[in-house]
Amino acid sequence: MSADLLPEHPDFLWRNPDPKSSYDAVIVGGGGHGLATAYYLAKNHGMTNIAILEKGWLAGGNMARNTTIIRSNYLWDESAAMYEQALKLWEILPEELEYDFLFSQRGVMNLAHTLGDVRESIRRVGANKLNGVDAEWLDPQQVKELCPILNTSDNIRYPVMGATYQPRAGIAKHDHVAWAFARKCDELGVDIIQNCEVTGFLKDGNRVTGVQTTRGTIHTGKVGLAAAGHSSVLAELAGFKLPIQSHPLQALVSELHEPVHPTVVMSNHVHVYVSQAHKGELVMGAGIDSYNGYGQRGSFHVIEEQMAAAVELFPIFARAHVLRTWGGIVDTTLDASPIVGLTPVENMYVNCGWGTGGFKGTPAAGLTFAHTIATGAPHRLNEPFSLDRFETGALIDEHGAAAVAH
Amino acid sequence: MLLFTCPNCGPRDETEFHYGGQAHVPYPENPADLSDVEWSRYLFYRENPKGVFAERWVHSTGCRQWFNMLRDTVSYDVHAVYPMGAPQPATATTQQKGA
Repeated sequence: MSADLLPEHPDFLWRNPDPKSSYDAVIVGGGGHGLATAYYLAKNHGMTNIAILEKGWLAGGNMARNTTIIRSNYLWDESAAMYEQALKLWEILPEELEYDFLFSQRGVMNLAHTLGDVRESIRRVGANKLNGVDAEWLDPQQVKELCPILNTSDNIRYPVMGATYQPRAGIAKHDHVAWAFARKCDELGVDIIQNCEVTGFLKDGNRVTGVQTTRGTIHTGKVGLAAAGHSSVLAELAGFKLPIQSHPLQALVSELHEPVHPTVVMSNHVHVYVSQAHKGELVMGAGIDSYNGYGQRGSFHVIEEQMAAAVELFPIFARAHVLRTWGGIVDTTLDASPIVGLTPVENMYVNCGWGTGGFKGTPAAGLTFAHTIATGAPHRLNEPFSLDRFETGALIDEHGAAAVAH
Repeated sequence: MLLFTCPNCGPRDETEFHYGGQAHVPYPENPADLSDVEWSRYLFYRENPKGVFAERWVHSTGCRQWFNMLRDTVSYDVHAVYPMGAPQPATATTQQKGA
């Protein structure tokens, strides 16, 4: 076929401008969180002379690598408030951004396999209801009715003893979420600058005044860091420390199948979470690799263990094939809660530590981080997630408490 | 799967080992004298370099002994294995990247 028979290239969703010499604010990191932050800075705070700096291509880090699960059934009040705000925003964003990014509220089930799991799950359902988060406890029969392909018999190592269920939870198409935010940011005047790596910061005393990048020096009044697994590297450049450890987190997809899986199933105890993408791939993730790593790849035994768990829970997956596996770099904290707030450097703000669950939090991270950057003080939702909680001891310990599959 | 050389047992699969995080973090001499900030640094803050990292591993299903390792967190190459209590060996890369 000759090239002139090809259709016109569709319209680009955003411009690719060269960086200006100065902006009112600069967001470092062009993933979901950086894009959402820029969007709310422009929309809620009227800050449109801003730029997003991305060292690679737009949304090519964890935004391209997650398993797209969205839920808000966290145990503690602070987390439930944050993630429920995110879920409420997910519910209105397709219309607000004028982009159908296939947000599908097909529910999320968190399986219980031990008596400890059962007690923790029922407690969490109660806590969720008190916080206005939809949650219910399902017995094994109800689990089977909702997800018939799940093995609820007692012939497996860790039989399903029940599950918590959040009907409003679900999945979305991650790339489209990024593109939806990027198009709106661009329309509002935000400069999205790709292939622009930050190599240093300009400071006047303890106040940040600019960033040095591979595309030149950019002066700015405010800097927001939203770099997930690379947050420690940026903090080091800026002259402070973060209580973050970066680990590989792996996921995989099968080839395309007819729709067989009606919901999202997560199992903390046997370490797998599974949904079926709109196209038909089975999407699975597991726990993090134990060692620190920036390599965007992990070890094969982690994949092997998650496949074993998946096949035991879903016997019909036994003859599916792995199409591809990949890894991202997740920024974990010791209390498994994010850090969103001020830093020891004046006019520099940080959003990091979302660990294995950053995708679901994208809109709330953007909303609260934009508020923090614009006003210089945290939003009421991210106040508990400040960096100084590691000094005051007011930790938000979601490890094992929030159905977090670590 | 990574292949690690245990100082006692030789090369073994990664699955025989458990990770212990950053090496060379001594327990504070006088914990009661630490401020909240200093105590938080000891409890919660660890180095997180992109490059060579001095870390602890234990050969859980072998000799069950702890040891230290210099490993690159990007390439995952192992640069050195050395006993607990020994100082961190200097390598060209550690000096460059300041692990």
